[in-house]
Amino acid sequence: MKKLLFFIPFIAFVALGVVFYQQLGKDTQYMPSALIGKPMPEFKLINMDTDAVVDNTAMPNESYLLNFWATWCPSCSAEHAYLGELAQQGVNIVGVDYKDETPAAKKWLAEKGNPYSLVLLDEMGHFGVDMGITGAPETFVVSAEGTVLYRHQGVVDPEVWQTLKEYMQ
Amino acid sequence: MTRCFWLGLITLIGLCVSTSYAMEVLEFKSTEDQQRFRLLTEELRCPKCQNQNLEDSNAGIAIDLRNQIYTMINEGQTSEEIVDYMVARYGEFVLYRPVHDQSTAILWYGPFALLLIGAVIFVLVMVKNQRRINKDS
Repeated sequence: MKKLLFFIPFIAFVALGVVFYQQLGKDTQYMPSALIGKPMPEFKLINMDTDAVVDNTAMPNESYLLNFWATWCPSCSAEHAYLGELAQQGVNIVGVDYKDETPAAKKWLAEKGNPYSLVLLDEMGHFGVDMGITGAPETFVVSAEGTVLYRHQGVVDPEVWQTLKEYMQ
Repeated sequence: MTRCFWLGLITLIGLCVSTSYAMEVLEFKSTEDQQRFRLLTEELRCPKCQNQNLEDSNAGIAIDLRNQIYTMINEGQTSEEIVDYMVARYGEFVLYRPVHDQSTAILWYGPFALLLIGAVIFVLVMVKNQRRINKDS
């Protein structure tokens, strides 16, 4: 019994080791979205193409990606080509031009191609706050019923798409 | 020459002070509201730069959220409503003072449990030593 007591520090060390080891390699910046499983917040935003005010009813009737982007955001430029590929594969992507200048955004889409079925203008970033975003790019998977299923912060690449794809079904 | 230097320095300091003031001019309806703004921006965490609060951070989103809090305070919303608004969008993650519930129980009560265990061991050792001393004498 007495001898067992001497092993307490060792046991504590092993227990801590296991806990720390499990945390290794995890993304420390990862932050779960508060909206997962909840309906998308109501919004009224301007459609870039038509200049008309649209709300939640204008969203696609299938599951889609909601992508926040901006011309001032270098990572958005990096993921743009891949979003184009996804759009060609038939993925419905709705773009939100976040805290941006509309003429610059129009020019950007004209030059780089437009992967979006719909582009909404969130000039003040209020919709971004309602969606709980912290910057751009951020991509949400939204179901046909308008429920937020998944959120990815950062660039969408083939690896990330594997995860997003599972939520799209 | 030295006079020139001092004059220059004083002007420079004056410039720094005036610009830092210019950035912080927010008009509140009452000093109580101003206090609330202080408290809220201190206790809410910036979702982008996670080891800073909204007050410290200069990230774009922190500035937006500070403005949002400012607007909500001037609209007469209670601090509770503002915190709920933030939690609904960014999760309990934004609270530097976590809520008391099952997932945070260890965080809140763990140290007290450890303290209690320590105290019990301390008393046990004391009693044991006392007994040994009594036996020896």
